[in-house]
Amino acid sequence: MQLKKKQSIRDALAVATCTLLSGVSQTQATEVNDDRWELDTAILFYSEKDRVEVIAPTATAKKAIGEDEFITLRAVYDSLTGASPNGASPTNTAQTFTSPSGESTLTTQAGETPMWEFRDMRLALGVDWERSTSRTVRDTLSADISKERDYFSGALSANRNWDLNDRLTTISAGLGVNYDLISPEGGVPDAGQTVATAKVLGDESKTGTSVLFGITQVINRRTLMQLNYMHAESSGYLNDPYKILSVVDSGTGATLQYLYEKRPDSRSSDVLFWKMVYHLSEDVLHLSYRYFQDDWGIKSHTVDLAYRYELGEKSYLRPRVRYYTQSGADFYNHSFVNGSVPTYASADSRLAEMDSVTLGIKYGRKVGSDSEFSVRLEQMVQSGKDHPSDAIGFQQQLDLYAELEATTIQFSYSTTF
Amino acid sequence: MMLKVAPSVIFLALIFFLTACSIEPVKPWDRDLLAEDKMQLVPDALEETLDAHIYFSKESSFGGAGIGGGGCGCN
Repeated sequence: MQLKKKQSIRDALAVATCTLLSGVSQTQATEVNDDRWELDTAILFYSEKDRVEVIAPTATAKKAIGEDEFITLRAVYDSLTGASPNGASPTNTAQTFTSPSGESTLTTQAGETPMWEFRDMRLALGVDWERSTSRTVRDTLSADISKERDYFSGALSANRNWDLNDRLTTISAGLGVNYDLISPEGGVPDAGQTVATAKVLGDESKTGTSVLFGITQVINRRTLMQLNYMHAESSGYLNDPYKILSVVDSGTGATLQYLYEKRPDSRSSDVLFWKMVYHLSEDVLHLSYRYFQDDWGIKSHTVDLAYRYELGEKSYLRPRVRYYTQSGADFYNHSFVNGSVPTYASADSRLAEMDSVTLGIKYGRKVGSDSEFSVRLEQMVQSGKDHPSDAIGFQQQLDLYAELEATTIQFSYSTTF
Repeated sequence: MMLKVAPSVIFLALIFFLTACSIEPVKPWDRDLLAEDKMQLVPDALEETLDAHIYFSKESSFGGAGIGGGGCGCN
């Protein structure tokens, strides 16, 4: 084992002992030594150009509670303000909307993308209980809840990892379930109905189940690889109660009325995920690829590349690029022609064909013996078909996909106490 | 649907197993690099969670790296 110049003998021995005794089980979280808490904190500032702003302080604390047994507590608080597209299509005249709660009206100027303005907060809490049931088997049970003013989500999951092959191979299996309750102010609108006259229903809910199988393999002294397959099913109320759509005239493209969106009441998704971690002489490369598809017609590819460049003993720079591309849902369109609105219809731009590119840089620095500070800056640009071929009349002159630009700044501090 | 998944499965399986052909049985005393924190599959879990939440709320895909975690209204 090569010792770094200034590494203390105690640290080196600890690493060596740990390596020899436990092998290296790569799906295992960082070892927590003695009975101290390992604390990770961060504050994230997320800002979209002319849209949503989020401030999210977050903390995670992990502690050994027995031999090979750990507990992790997680908390995130989100404060959200700003505007989000309501789904209606831009037109060549001003449009006026009544806010979902019915309290105020909003006017969108000609050519602009209609938005709802909102303010919300979200508190998410989670706990993981991780323990080794034998020398080669490790289980993790997790529980999560998340609460917004108009939304509740609860989730449970169980994961098991088996180390095989002298701990060079790890097989994983996981099962997760979730229950979400949607309760917008004033009730959930009847999906697919005219906005002005839609019945208001009570709260609605949805449930989900997901399973995951994975294999992690040490390829050689410098390379680690993971391959996962995930299948997820959800059913119930899968609409966004705030999203509407424009029904337009087949000749002029003028908006005739607004309907609440209506999505199918079930969704089935399959995901393949591959990741490689490669250790160069000092630097480390992380590369991942994900293929996603569901029965709504969405297929996507995600490539994520991060390179950790060591700046000496104590600090590093980590540039990152992420590319994402998705096809649109079968029932998505920017607007729908009067008289031929299908059973399922949505104009939520997140269901549209689109590409997204994220560029980022992170700087991390060790502080003292076991603390680290880091800051990252990332810029995401999402773009879609702003001039689709099926635009009607004056729609051809309008931008029918509002590009999204978002900046993320995150400050993190990790320590033990 | 399986037919549509098949090309990707085969492609990824090929990458995995072709690489697996060159798997070296790394001895415990040669696992110093693999034991470094920066070689973790998820070196920063907090960042991964925050990112997953952002992309889940802005894109139509989710999951793959792991399982678990709650949902959100996500306007």
